[in-house]
Amino acid sequence: MPVKVIVPTPLRRFADQRSSIECEAATVGDALRQLTTSYSELKKHLYTDEGRIRSFVNVYLNDDDIRFLKQEATQTKDGDTITIVPSIAGGAEAAALLRIV
Amino acid sequence: MPIPTDTLTKTPVSLSKEEILRYSRHLIMPEVGMEGQLKLKQAQVLLIGSGGLGAPLGLYLAAAGVGRLGLVDFDVVDFTNLQRQITFTTEDVGRKKSAAARDRLSRMNPQIQIDAFETRLTSENALDLFKDFDIIVDGTDNFPTRYLVNDACVLLGKPNVYGSIFRFEGQATVFGYPGGPCYRCLYPEPPPPGLVPSCAEGGVLGVLPGIVGSIQAMETIKLILGAGDPLVGRLLLFDALGMRFRELKLHKNPACPICGEHRTITKLIDYEEFCGIRGEETPVAVSTGIPEITPREFKARLDKGDNLFVLDVREPHEYQICNLKGYLIPLGDLPKRVSELDSSREIVAHCRSGKRSADAVEFLQKAGFRKIWNLKGGILAWSDEVDPSVPKY
Repeated sequence: MPVKVIVPTPLRRFADQRSSIECEAATVGDALRQLTTSYSELKKHLYTDEGRIRSFVNVYLNDDDIRFLKQEATQTKDGDTITIVPSIAGGAEAAALLRIV
Repeated sequence: MPIPTDTLTKTPVSLSKEEILRYSRHLIMPEVGMEGQLKLKQAQVLLIGSGGLGAPLGLYLAAAGVGRLGLVDFDVVDFTNLQRQITFTTEDVGRKKSAAARDRLSRMNPQIQIDAFETRLTSENALDLFKDFDIIVDGTDNFPTRYLVNDACVLLGKPNVYGSIFRFEGQATVFGYPGGPCYRCLYPEPPPPGLVPSCAEGGVLGVLPGIVGSIQAMETIKLILGAGDPLVGRLLLFDALGMRFRELKLHKNPACPICGEHRTITKLIDYEEFCGIRGEETPVAVSTGIPEITPREFKARLDKGDNLFVLDVREPHEYQICNLKGYLIPLGDLPKRVSELDSSREIVAHCRSGKRSADAVEFLQKAGFRKIWNLKGGILAWSDEVDPSVPKY
Protein backbone atom coordinates (compact mmCIF):
# COMPACT_ATOMS: atom_id res chain seq x y z
CA MET A 1 0.00 0.00 0.00
CA PRO A 2 1.52 3.35 -0.96
CA VAL A 3 2.67 5.40 1.99
CA LYS A 4 4.64 8.61 2.07
CA VAL A 5 7.77 8.99 4.20
CA ILE A 6 8.76 12.57 5.01
CA VAL A 7 12.51 13.07 5.32
CA PRO A 8 13.51 15.93 7.67
CA THR A 9 15.96 18.62 6.50
CA PRO A 10 19.01 17.31 8.41
CA LEU A 11 18.71 13.90 6.74
CA ARG A 12 17.93 15.00 3.19
CA ARG A 13 21.54 15.04 2.17
CA PHE A 14 21.58 11.29 2.67
CA ALA A 15 18.47 10.87 0.49
CA ASP A 16 19.45 12.71 -2.68
CA GLN A 17 17.99 15.90 -1.15
CA ARG A 18 14.49 14.46 -1.40
CA SER A 19 11.94 15.78 1.08
CA SER A 20 9.66 12.75 0.81
CA ILE A 21 9.62 9.27 -0.61
CA GLU A 22 6.66 7.10 -1.59
CA CYS A 23 6.77 3.36 -1.15
CA GLU A 24 4.61 0.27 -0.83
CA ALA A 25 4.68 -0.97 2.75
CA ALA A 26 2.46 -2.89 5.14
CA THR A 27 4.13 -1.63 8.31
CA VAL A 28 6.18 1.36 9.43
CA GLY A 29 9.21 -0.90 9.76
CA ASP A 30 8.73 -2.06 6.17
CA ALA A 31 8.67 1.49 4.88
CA LEU A 32 11.80 2.46 6.85
CA ARG A 33 13.64 -0.65 5.64
CA GLN A 34 12.84 0.24 2.06
CA LEU A 35 13.97 3.80 2.64
CA THR A 36 17.28 2.74 4.13
CA THR A 37 17.78 0.17 1.38
CA SER A 38 17.31 2.82 -1.30
CA TYR A 39 19.47 5.29 0.63
CA SER A 40 21.96 3.21 2.56
CA GLU A 41 23.69 6.19 4.20
CA LEU A 42 20.47 6.96 6.06
CA LYS A 43 20.66 3.69 7.91
CA LYS A 44 23.27 4.62 10.48
CA HIS A 45 21.42 7.84 11.23
CA LEU A 46 18.12 6.10 11.88
CA TYR A 47 19.25 2.85 13.49
CA THR A 48 21.76 1.82 16.13
CA ASP A 49 24.25 -0.94 15.35
CA GLU A 50 21.83 -3.28 17.12
CA GLY A 51 19.11 -2.31 14.66
CA ARG A 52 16.96 -0.24 17.00
CA ILE A 53 15.61 3.17 16.03
CA ARG A 54 17.89 5.76 17.63
CA SER A 55 16.61 7.46 20.79
CA PHE A 56 17.01 10.98 19.39
CA VAL A 57 14.94 10.14 16.33
CA ASN A 58 11.19 9.77 16.59
CA VAL A 59 8.98 8.22 13.96
CA TYR A 60 5.39 9.24 13.53
CA LEU A 61 2.61 7.49 11.64
CA ASN A 62 0.35 10.34 10.62
CA ASP A 63 0.24 12.42 13.82
CA ASP A 64 1.10 9.73 16.34
CA ASP A 65 4.41 8.54 17.77
CA ILE A 66 4.98 4.85 16.90
CA ARG A 67 6.57 4.31 20.34
CA PHE A 68 3.02 4.60 21.67
CA LEU A 69 1.54 2.40 18.90
CA LYS A 70 3.11 -0.92 17.93
CA GLN A 71 6.56 0.46 17.24
CA GLU A 72 7.88 -0.62 13.86
CA ALA A 73 5.20 -3.33 13.60
CA THR A 74 2.55 -0.60 13.39
CA GLN A 75 0.47 -1.34 10.32
CA THR A 76 0.07 1.24 7.61
CA LYS A 77 -2.77 1.85 5.24
CA ASP A 78 -3.13 3.50 1.89
CA GLY A 79 -2.27 7.19 1.96
CA ASP A 80 -0.61 7.18 5.40
CA THR A 81 2.24 9.57 6.10
CA ILE A 82 5.32 8.54 8.07
CA THR A 83 7.35 11.42 9.49
CA ILE A 84 10.89 11.17 10.84
CA VAL A 85 11.47 13.81 13.53
CA PRO A 86 15.06 14.11 14.79
CA SER A 87 15.92 16.28 17.77
CA ILE A 88 17.28 19.67 16.78
CA ALA A 89 18.91 22.06 19.17
CA GLY A 90 19.30 25.28 17.21
CA GLY A 91 18.13 28.59 18.59
CA ALA A 92 20.54 31.36 19.30
CA GLU A 93 23.17 30.05 16.93
CA ALA A 94 22.77 27.48 14.27
CA ALA A 95 23.55 24.11 15.74
CA ALA A 96 23.52 21.19 13.45
CA LEU A 97 22.89 17.54 13.68
CA LEU A 98 24.10 14.29 12.30
CA ARG A 99 27.47 14.28 10.75
CA ILE A 100 29.06 11.47 8.88
CA VAL A 101 32.65 10.98 7.80
CA MET B 1 -8.10 26.00 32.19
CA PRO B 2 -5.62 25.88 35.05
CA ILE B 3 -3.35 28.87 35.30
CA PRO B 4 0.17 27.60 35.80
CA THR B 5 1.52 30.73 37.35
CA ASP B 6 0.97 31.95 40.85
CA THR B 7 0.12 35.38 39.56
CA LEU B 8 -3.35 35.40 41.05
CA THR B 9 -1.99 35.06 44.54
CA LYS B 10 0.36 38.01 44.26
CA THR B 11 -0.27 41.47 45.62
CA PRO B 12 -3.02 43.21 43.67
CA VAL B 13 -1.68 45.79 41.25
CA SER B 14 -3.20 48.35 39.00
CA LEU B 15 -2.28 50.09 35.77
CA SER B 16 -1.18 53.69 35.58
CA LYS B 17 -2.75 56.10 33.11
CA GLU B 18 0.30 55.71 30.86
CA GLU B 19 0.07 51.93 31.02
CA ILE B 20 -3.64 52.01 30.16
CA LEU B 21 -2.81 53.99 27.04
CA ARG B 22 0.16 51.80 26.14
CA TYR B 23 -1.79 48.56 26.48
CA SER B 24 -5.11 49.86 25.18
CA ARG B 25 -5.19 47.41 22.25
CA HIS B 26 -4.98 44.58 24.79
CA LEU B 27 -7.44 46.16 27.18
CA ILE B 28 -10.20 46.45 24.59
CA MET B 29 -9.93 42.72 23.79
CA PRO B 30 -12.21 40.65 26.00
CA GLU B 31 -9.62 37.80 25.94
CA VAL B 32 -7.10 40.07 27.68
CA GLY B 33 -8.89 43.02 29.23
CA MET B 34 -7.81 44.65 32.47
CA GLU B 35 -7.67 41.30 34.26
CA GLY B 36 -5.35 39.82 31.63
CA GLN B 37 -3.15 42.88 31.47
CA LEU B 38 -2.71 42.78 35.23
CA LYS B 39 -1.74 39.11 34.98
CA LEU B 40 0.86 40.09 32.40
CA LYS B 41 2.12 42.84 34.68
CA GLN B 42 2.50 40.41 37.57
CA ALA B 43 4.11 37.69 35.48
CA GLN B 44 7.80 36.88 35.66
CA VAL B 45 9.30 35.18 32.62
CA LEU B 46 12.87 33.94 32.24
CA LEU B 47 14.33 33.78 28.74
CA ILE B 48 17.23 31.37 28.32
CA GLY B 49 19.27 32.70 25.41
CA SER B 50 19.19 36.19 23.89
CA GLY B 51 19.87 35.07 20.35
CA GLY B 52 17.69 34.34 17.35
CA LEU B 53 14.73 32.97 19.28
CA GLY B 54 15.33 35.30 22.21
CA ALA B 55 15.05 38.38 19.99
CA PRO B 56 11.35 38.21 19.06
CA LEU B 57 10.62 36.69 22.47
CA GLY B 58 12.14 39.60 24.34
CA LEU B 59 10.67 42.22 22.04
CA TYR B 60 7.10 40.89 22.11
CA LEU B 61 7.01 39.99 25.79
CA ALA B 62 8.42 43.38 26.77
CA ALA B 63 5.99 45.14 24.45
CA ALA B 64 3.09 43.11 25.84
CA GLY B 65 3.87 44.33 29.35
CA VAL B 66 5.18 41.20 31.05
CA GLY B 67 6.13 42.72 34.42
CA ARG B 68 9.52 41.12 34.85
CA LEU B 69 11.76 39.60 32.21
CA GLY B 70 14.97 37.77 33.04
CA LEU B 71 17.55 37.38 30.29
CA VAL B 72 20.20 34.68 30.66
CA ASP B 73 23.08 34.82 28.20
CA PHE B 74 26.84 34.95 28.64
CA ASP B 75 27.66 35.44 24.98
CA VAL B 76 28.85 38.56 23.18
CA VAL B 77 27.18 40.07 20.10
CA ASP B 78 29.16 39.47 16.91
CA PHE B 79 28.62 40.51 13.31
CA THR B 80 27.27 37.12 12.25
CA ASN B 81 24.41 37.49 14.77
CA LEU B 82 22.93 40.59 13.13
CA GLN B 83 21.40 38.63 10.23
CA ARG B 84 18.71 37.28 12.55
CA GLN B 85 19.10 38.53 16.14
CA ILE B 86 17.00 41.63 15.61
CA THR B 87 17.33 42.92 19.16
CA PHE B 88 20.86 44.03 18.32
CA THR B 89 22.22 46.83 16.20
CA THR B 90 25.62 47.11 14.54
CA GLU B 91 26.75 49.29 17.47
CA ASP B 92 26.08 46.41 19.87
CA VAL B 93 28.80 44.22 18.33
CA GLY B 94 31.26 43.33 21.10
CA ARG B 95 28.76 43.97 23.92
CA LYS B 96 27.34 41.30 26.21
CA LYS B 97 24.12 40.04 24.67
CA SER B 98 22.11 40.09 27.90
CA ALA B 99 23.10 43.69 28.64
CA ALA B 100 22.54 44.87 25.06
CA ALA B 101 19.13 43.17 24.97
CA ARG B 102 18.20 44.64 28.37
CA ASP B 103 19.01 48.15 27.15
CA ARG B 104 17.07 47.69 23.93
CA LEU B 105 14.00 46.27 25.69
CA SER B 106 14.11 48.93 28.41
CA ARG B 107 14.04 51.65 25.79
CA MET B 108 11.03 49.99 24.22
CA ASN B 109 9.16 49.56 27.49
CA PRO B 110 10.59 51.43 30.48
CA GLN B 111 7.64 50.36 32.61
CA ILE B 112 8.76 46.78 33.12
CA GLN B 113 11.63 45.26 35.08
CA ILE B 114 14.35 43.61 33.04
CA ASP B 115 17.12 41.64 34.71
CA ALA B 116 20.17 40.63 32.71
CA PHE B 117 22.04 37.56 33.98
CA GLU B 118 25.44 37.56 32.33
CA THR B 119 26.13 33.98 33.11
CA ARG B 120 26.25 30.57 31.59
CA LEU B 121 23.34 28.46 32.75
CA THR B 122 24.74 25.56 34.76
CA SER B 123 23.51 22.73 36.97
CA GLU B 124 24.78 24.79 39.91
CA ASN B 125 22.83 27.99 39.22
CA ALA B 126 19.75 26.84 37.27
CA LEU B 127 17.38 26.04 40.14
CA ASP B 128 18.27 29.24 41.93
CA LEU B 129 17.77 31.33 38.79
CA PHE B 130 14.49 29.65 37.84
CA LYS B 131 12.81 29.66 41.25
CA ASP B 132 11.55 33.25 41.16
CA PHE B 133 10.07 32.99 37.68
CA ASP B 134 6.66 31.66 36.62
CA ILE B 135 7.56 30.50 33.13
CA ILE B 136 10.89 29.52 31.55
CA VAL B 137 11.36 29.99 27.81
CA ASP B 138 14.02 27.90 26.12
CA GLY B 139 15.72 29.69 23.27
CA THR B 140 19.11 28.00 23.54
CA ASP B 141 21.20 26.42 20.85
CA ASN B 142 22.64 23.24 22.28
CA PHE B 143 21.59 19.89 23.67
CA PRO B 144 23.17 20.10 27.16
CA THR B 145 21.32 23.33 27.95
CA ARG B 146 18.06 21.96 26.53
CA TYR B 147 18.20 18.97 28.88
CA LEU B 148 19.27 21.18 31.78
CA VAL B 149 16.37 23.60 31.21
CA ASN B 150 13.96 20.69 30.92
CA ASP B 151 15.11 18.94 34.07
CA ALA B 152 15.19 22.12 36.16
CA CYS B 153 11.67 22.99 34.99
CA VAL B 154 10.34 19.51 35.80
CA LEU B 155 12.00 19.53 39.23
CA LEU B 156 10.51 22.95 40.03
CA GLY B 157 7.16 22.29 38.35
CA LYS B 158 7.45 25.20 35.95
CA PRO B 159 6.30 25.30 32.32
CA ASN B 160 9.03 25.31 29.68
CA VAL B 161 8.11 27.01 26.41
CA TYR B 162 10.27 25.24 23.87
CA GLY B 163 11.38 26.32 20.41
CA SER B 164 14.09 24.96 18.17
CA ILE B 165 15.26 25.61 14.63
CA PHE B 166 17.40 24.05 11.96
CA ARG B 167 17.95 25.71 8.59
CA PHE B 168 14.39 25.91 7.29
CA GLU B 169 12.62 23.88 9.95
CA GLY B 170 11.29 24.77 13.34
CA GLN B 171 9.73 22.95 16.27
CA ALA B 172 7.72 24.40 19.12
CA THR B 173 5.80 23.06 22.09
CA VAL B 174 5.17 23.62 25.79
CA PHE B 175 6.85 21.12 28.09
CA GLY B 176 6.53 20.77 31.85
CA TYR B 177 2.90 21.81 31.99
CA PRO B 178 0.96 20.05 34.75
CA GLY B 179 0.10 16.58 33.44
CA GLY B 180 1.88 17.18 30.13
CA PRO B 181 5.01 15.66 28.63
CA CYS B 182 8.56 16.92 29.07
CA TYR B 183 11.50 17.09 26.65
CA ARG B 184 12.79 13.73 27.85
CA CYS B 185 9.39 12.15 27.08
CA LEU B 186 10.00 13.17 23.48
CA TYR B 187 13.75 12.54 23.28
CA PRO B 188 15.04 10.42 26.15
CA GLU B 189 18.64 10.93 25.03
CA PRO B 190 20.62 13.38 22.91
CA PRO B 191 22.45 12.35 19.74
CA PRO B 192 25.78 10.68 20.56
CA PRO B 193 28.82 12.92 20.05
CA GLY B 194 29.99 11.00 16.98
CA LEU B 195 26.82 12.02 15.20
CA VAL B 196 26.69 15.61 16.35
CA PRO B 197 27.45 19.08 15.10
CA SER B 198 29.36 20.15 12.13
CA CYS B 199 29.58 23.69 10.89
CA ALA B 200 29.12 22.27 7.38
CA GLU B 201 25.47 21.74 8.06
CA GLY B 202 24.76 24.83 10.10
CA GLY B 203 23.13 27.98 8.94
CA VAL B 204 19.66 29.29 9.45
CA LEU B 205 17.38 31.48 7.39
CA GLY B 206 17.15 34.75 9.35
CA VAL B 207 13.36 34.92 9.49
CA LEU B 208 12.93 31.40 10.85
CA PRO B 209 13.89 32.15 14.47
CA GLY B 210 11.63 35.19 14.20
CA ILE B 211 8.66 32.98 13.41
CA VAL B 212 9.43 30.23 15.94
CA GLY B 213 10.34 32.74 18.68
CA SER B 214 7.07 34.59 18.03
CA ILE B 215 5.16 31.33 18.47
CA GLN B 216 6.95 30.86 21.80
CA ALA B 217 6.04 34.42 22.81
CA MET B 218 2.40 33.76 21.92
CA GLU B 219 2.34 30.55 23.98
CA THR B 220 3.97 32.33 26.92
CA ILE B 221 1.33 35.05 26.87
CA LYS B 222 -1.47 32.45 26.58
CA LEU B 223 -0.08 30.60 29.60
CA ILE B 224 -0.02 33.84 31.62
CA LEU B 225 -3.56 34.73 30.57
CA GLY B 226 -4.85 31.18 30.90
CA ALA B 227 -6.43 31.74 27.49
CA GLY B 228 -6.96 29.39 24.56
CA ASP B 229 -5.46 25.94 24.04
CA PRO B 230 -1.82 25.85 25.06
CA LEU B 231 0.61 23.96 22.83
CA VAL B 232 0.78 21.12 25.37
CA GLY B 233 1.00 17.51 24.21
CA ARG B 234 1.43 18.76 20.66
CA LEU B 235 4.63 19.32 18.72
CA LEU B 236 4.25 22.03 16.11
CA LEU B 237 6.52 21.49 13.11
CA PHE B 238 7.14 24.35 10.73
CA ASP B 239 8.66 23.89 7.29
CA ALA B 240 9.55 27.34 5.98
CA LEU B 241 10.49 26.22 2.46
CA GLY B 242 7.22 24.36 1.97
CA MET B 243 5.45 26.97 4.15
CA ARG B 244 3.64 24.25 6.01
CA PHE B 245 2.70 23.79 9.63
CA ARG B 246 2.08 20.30 10.96
CA GLU B 247 1.14 19.09 14.38
CA LEU B 248 2.18 15.81 15.98
CA LYS B 249 0.93 14.29 19.23
CA LEU B 250 3.28 14.33 22.19
CA HIS B 251 2.65 11.73 24.85
CA LYS B 252 3.75 11.82 28.42
CA ASN B 253 6.07 8.83 28.64
CA PRO B 254 5.26 6.69 31.72
CA ALA B 255 8.88 5.45 31.59
CA CYS B 256 10.34 8.98 31.48
CA PRO B 257 13.37 9.11 33.83
CA ILE B 258 12.43 12.52 35.23
CA CYS B 259 8.65 12.90 35.00
CA GLY B 260 7.54 9.26 34.71
CA GLU B 261 6.28 6.79 37.28
CA HIS B 262 9.67 5.52 38.38
CA ARG B 263 11.95 8.52 38.39
CA THR B 264 15.66 7.90 38.28
CA ILE B 265 16.65 11.57 37.96
CA THR B 266 15.85 13.52 41.09
CA LYS B 267 18.43 16.29 40.84
CA LEU B 268 20.37 18.11 38.15
CA ILE B 269 23.25 16.20 36.58
CA ASP B 270 26.33 16.99 34.48
CA TYR B 271 24.69 17.74 31.14
CA GLU B 272 27.82 18.03 29.06
CA GLU B 273 28.82 14.59 30.20
CA PHE B 274 25.27 13.35 29.57
CA CYS B 275 25.49 14.68 26.02
CA GLY B 276 28.97 13.24 25.60
CA ILE B 277 30.57 16.53 24.69
CA ARG B 278 32.81 17.12 27.67
CA GLY B 279 35.77 19.11 26.40
CA GLU B 280 33.99 20.09 23.18
CA GLU B 281 35.83 23.38 23.06
CA THR B 282 39.22 21.71 23.08
CA PRO B 283 40.53 21.67 19.53
CA VAL B 284 39.93 18.23 18.11
CA ALA B 285 43.48 17.82 16.98
CA VAL B 286 44.83 18.24 20.51
CA SER B 287 42.67 15.49 21.90
CA THR B 288 43.20 13.05 19.06
CA GLY B 289 46.83 13.70 18.17
CA ILE B 290 46.11 14.57 14.56
CA PRO B 291 49.15 16.15 12.86
CA GLU B 292 48.73 19.87 12.45
CA ILE B 293 50.36 22.71 10.62
CA THR B 294 49.83 26.31 11.69
CA PRO B 295 48.83 28.93 9.11
CA ARG B 296 52.27 30.59 9.42
CA GLU B 297 54.16 27.31 8.96
CA PHE B 298 51.94 26.49 6.00
CA LYS B 299 52.59 29.92 4.45
CA ALA B 300 56.35 29.50 4.96
CA ARG B 301 56.34 26.15 3.19
CA LEU B 302 54.31 27.52 0.28
CA ASP B 303 56.70 30.49 0.02
CA LYS B 304 59.60 28.06 -0.09
CA GLY B 305 57.96 26.49 -3.13
CA ASP B 306 57.19 23.15 -1.46
CA ASN B 307 54.83 21.12 -3.58
CA LEU B 308 51.95 20.78 -1.11
CA PHE B 309 48.55 19.50 -2.14
CA VAL B 310 45.85 21.66 -0.55
CA LEU B 311 42.67 19.75 0.20
CA ASP B 312 39.57 21.81 1.02
CA VAL B 313 36.88 19.69 2.70
CA ARG B 314 34.20 22.34 2.94
CA GLU B 315 30.99 22.51 0.89
CA PRO B 316 30.90 24.03 -2.61
CA HIS B 317 28.83 27.03 -1.45
CA GLU B 318 31.49 27.79 1.15
CA TYR B 319 34.23 27.58 -1.49
CA GLN B 320 32.40 30.38 -3.30
CA ILE B 321 32.64 32.63 -0.23
CA CYS B 322 36.43 32.34 -0.05
CA ASN B 323 39.09 29.74 -0.71
CA LEU B 324 42.81 29.01 -0.63
CA LYS B 325 42.69 27.56 -4.16
CA GLY B 326 42.55 24.09 -2.68
CA TYR B 327 41.17 20.96 -4.28
CA LEU B 328 37.55 20.68 -3.12
CA ILE B 329 36.16 17.43 -1.78
CA PRO B 330 33.40 18.00 0.80
CA LEU B 331 33.98 15.92 3.94
CA GLY B 332 30.84 13.87 3.31
CA ASP B 333 32.08 12.88 -0.16
CA LEU B 334 35.57 11.93 0.96
CA PRO B 335 34.95 8.18 1.40
CA LYS B 336 33.77 7.75 -2.18
CA ARG B 337 36.26 10.20 -3.72
CA VAL B 338 39.38 9.17 -1.82
CA SER B 339 40.84 7.70 -5.04
CA GLU B 340 41.23 11.23 -6.38
CA LEU B 341 44.00 11.83 -3.85
CA ASP B 342 47.65 10.84 -4.22
CA SER B 343 48.98 9.40 -0.95
CA SER B 344 52.58 9.91 -2.07
CA ARG B 345 52.14 13.68 -1.96
CA GLU B 346 52.20 15.93 1.08
CA ILE B 347 48.63 17.01 1.79
CA VAL B 348 47.37 19.90 3.90
CA ALA B 349 43.66 19.61 4.62
CA HIS B 350 41.61 22.58 5.69
CA CYS B 351 38.04 23.70 6.35
CA ARG B 352 36.58 26.81 7.94
CA SER B 353 37.70 26.30 11.54
CA GLY B 354 39.77 23.11 11.48
CA LYS B 355 37.18 20.73 12.88
CA ARG B 356 35.95 19.05 9.70
CA SER B 357 39.45 18.87 8.26
CA ALA B 358 40.62 17.14 11.46
CA ASP B 359 37.99 14.48 10.76
CA ALA B 360 39.20 14.32 7.17
CA VAL B 361 42.82 13.84 8.27
CA GLU B 362 41.78 11.13 10.71
CA PHE B 363 39.82 9.38 7.98
CA LEU B 364 42.67 9.63 5.48
CA GLN B 365 45.20 8.36 8.03
CA LYS B 366 43.04 5.29 8.49
CA ALA B 367 42.96 4.95 4.71
CA GLY B 368 46.76 4.79 4.69
CA PHE B 369 47.76 8.41 4.07
CA ARG B 370 50.91 9.26 6.05
CA LYS B 371 52.02 12.67 4.80
CA ILE B 372 48.98 14.68 5.80
CA TRP B 373 48.39 17.66 8.10
CA ASN B 374 45.40 19.57 9.34
CA LEU B 375 45.56 23.35 8.91
CA LYS B 376 45.18 24.53 12.51
CA GLY B 377 42.23 26.88 12.95
CA GLY B 378 41.27 26.55 9.29
CA ILE B 379 40.56 29.43 6.96
CA LEU B 380 39.56 31.60 9.96
CA ALA B 381 43.07 31.34 11.40
CA TRP B 382 44.59 31.83 7.95
CA SER B 383 42.67 35.12 7.72
CA ASP B 384 43.79 36.15 11.22
CA GLU B 385 47.44 35.16 10.95
CA VAL B 386 48.42 35.26 7.30
CA ASP B 387 46.07 36.98 4.91
CA PRO B 388 43.45 39.36 6.36
CA SER B 389 42.02 39.91 2.86
CA VAL B 390 40.42 36.44 3.09
CA PRO B 391 36.91 37.05 4.46
CA LYS B 392 35.77 35.27 7.60
CA TYR B 393 32.28 33.82 7.77
